[in-house]
Amino acid sequence: MAQVVSKEFVGSLVPVGATVMVGGFLKCGTPQGLIEAVIQSGAHDLTLIANDTCFPDSGRGRLIVEKRVKRALVSHIGTNPETGRQMQAGELHVELIPQGTLAERIRAGGAGLGGVLTPTGVGTVVEKDRRVIEVDGRRFLLETPIRADVALIYGTRVDRFGNVAFTGTTRNFNPVMATAADLVIVEADCLTPEPLDPDEVVIPGLFVDYIVVKEDQNA
Amino acid sequence: MLDKERARRIIARRVAAEFQDGDTVTLGIGLPTEVSNYIPAGVHVMTQGENGILGIGPVPDDMHADVRVTNAGGALVTINPGGCYFDSVTAFGMIRGGHINAVVLGALQVDEAGNLANWIVPGKRVPGMGGAMDLVVGAQRVIIAMEHTAKGEAKILKKCTLPLTATGEVDLIVTEKCVMNVCPGGGLILTELSPLVSLDELRAVTGADFTVSPRLKTMNAD
Repeated sequence: MAQVVSKEFVGSLVPVGATVMVGGFLKCGTPQGLIEAVIQSGAHDLTLIANDTCFPDSGRGRLIVEKRVKRALVSHIGTNPETGRQMQAGELHVELIPQGTLAERIRAGGAGLGGVLTPTGVGTVVEKDRRVIEVDGRRFLLETPIRADVALIYGTRVDRFGNVAFTGTTRNFNPVMATAADLVIVEADCLTPEPLDPDEVVIPGLFVDYIVVKEDQNA
Repeated sequence: MLDKERARRIIARRVAAEFQDGDTVTLGIGLPTEVSNYIPAGVHVMTQGENGILGIGPVPDDMHADVRVTNAGGALVTINPGGCYFDSVTAFGMIRGGHINAVVLGALQVDEAGNLANWIVPGKRVPGMGGAMDLVVGAQRVIIAMEHTAKGEAKILKKCTLPLTATGEVDLIVTEKCVMNVCPGGGLILTELSPLVSLDELRAVTGADFTVSPRLKTMNAD
């Protein structure tokens, strides 16, 4: 069963050089408190797997600005000029991945698949270094699974069993990332005293290892 | 020379006329998002956001704004009745799986073969492709909404020079000067021309060959 822990404890779970998935789409559905905990722990040389590098002053962007990331696998960096600067300066290696392909590679990593075949990227630079496999006359790229040491995810309502429910568009990459890391930590807007309605659960609790309750309920 | 605001209005309104009642569409950031302001009365369209929302509603006032409800550009939005939320895997299943009737995106360049370049200017601007590559490959219909030129340079070309987003996927190009169809297998057909532009003037700012439809229409340029 999932364990409720402090933000400080989370820092000790992310070692130097770890591969870290972080949920969120720009600011929405981002575990901001967990990100700050990792920064405070001093972890660096991280590999970041995320949709985007958010903004310089928030979300995953803070990890970039604080120079904790050496490699980023993301679909979009346009909202954070610092990511582009570090990339051009050779301080940060950025691998841009089409958003749907990123989601499916993580899904494959979490679901025990050897990869996925996608038409996305055929005939573009994405095709470079990829195996092309033809199925019924159509060309697909073989995209390999992605996993992480730790996934930092967000949940709107979380119960003590680790079950997670969401409000609005906060789901994004959080549910799939919960399946694809050795250790999964969820930052809960609200830790519910009663178990969640089973019909409401989006992330089954078995995927979640640790729960951190968000400190500033207004942030 | 049209002012920018009017040019954008002409483009957004013309793209909106492409939608059929009951369509599900995905609109890119910027000008494509403005298309939702011009959907004709009686045409009901569900707008999808790849961040995990179907049925995007109007921008909320301060009273109703919720930071947990955004579009793919990160802007606060609302959700219309019948709408729903989902995760990124489902969002891209909808997109790649051909469940979206039309996607509207901007372009840096588009060419005679229906190739699109809209995600990178190497060495200058490297925002990343986000969901664009999946959208262009997966949507049933790809509509490009863009100003005809950038700083006087043609954007409709014989062959894109920038790295591609996808090959041969563009179906329709709408600018403030014209509407062009991309034929299956390649080739552009001019179907509508702005009353503010002559055919020769259009050719002068277009870097590709095109044929003129025998049923050429005049575009609304208000």
